[in-house]
Amino acid sequence: MTTASVMRFAILQFPASNCDQDCVHALRVLGSQAKLVWHKDTSLGEVDAVIVPGGFSYGDALRCGAIARFSPVMQAVSRFADNGGLVLGICNGFQILCEAGLLPGALIRNRDLRFHCEQVFLKTANFETPFTSEVRRDGVPIRIPIAHGEGCYFADAPTLDRLQAQRQILWQYCDASGAVTEAANPNGSVLNIAGIANERFNVAGLMPHPDRAVEGILGTEDGRGILNSMILALESRRASAVAVA
Amino acid sequence: MKAKLVITPKKAVLDPQGKTVANALEHMGYAGVTGVRVGKYIEIDLAPGTSATDAHKALNEAALRFLSNPVIEDYRLEIVE
Repeated sequence: MTTASVMRFAILQFPASNCDQDCVHALRVLGSQAKLVWHKDTSLGEVDAVIVPGGFSYGDALRCGAIARFSPVMQAVSRFADNGGLVLGICNGFQILCEAGLLPGALIRNRDLRFHCEQVFLKTANFETPFTSEVRRDGVPIRIPIAHGEGCYFADAPTLDRLQAQRQILWQYCDASGAVTEAANPNGSVLNIAGIANERFNVAGLMPHPDRAVEGILGTEDGRGILNSMILALESRRASAVAVA
Repeated sequence: MKAKLVITPKKAVLDPQGKTVANALEHMGYAGVTGVRVGKYIEIDLAPGTSATDAHKALNEAALRFLSNPVIEDYRLEIVE
């Protein structure tokens, strides 16, 4: 395998993104290349994957992610996704991808109207995706921090049926034992949804921050599984010489 | 000339703000309140002489694409002199 080649990530940078450097750092820790791409850029350059990072793009004016989705760089991201490129949205990045229509549903105000900044447990609901293949499969939930005020996932009933039928729900909030319970739901998300993928499984988003969970000094390394899944998926794509424009 | 846009959360969408306000009204003794939805109001100034029909058409589009999110919100648009 040509695993010696390093994967190149583009990390988008909007006004008031604040996890862009965290993403760059996390990916470098994992041995990948990461470069920042300014929101006014119309091209992503030569990259293998895109991460839309957390923050408060445009001060969350109107709705979270509503303005960022119209940035010039998002057109490049849409084209990249249409061509099968891997795109991950984290926190505000998840909100932006939903607003852009690259993922179904929307993220609204937390049920208790409070900002939640804490460690949560996540059950991985589908391991057969480029975002989850390397996540531990021993039944132990992963522990990753959240930091959001608008993380309550909503989609209408037909959309939820589709998400379930096609196994597009990737992560659900759960308790320490892995049980998906109402008490373990920090924000009121339907079906305890913490993260989903699109129908093609090349675009995913989640409210928790894998980028803040790759080094033991920060309390958990469980974010590695998610980012390493992307890296492995890219390596096998490159190995089978499938070019992603 | 102005456009007035009233945006409200869809019925199926959880509206914790509305619920909190409804509870507060009840505690304050305002009887007969059976539900509260908290939304947004957007007022847009339009150049004098703008055609109301054109403004309605353009802002309807803007409301669907950007000013509201049809996944979670309904809106009502009104053009006034």
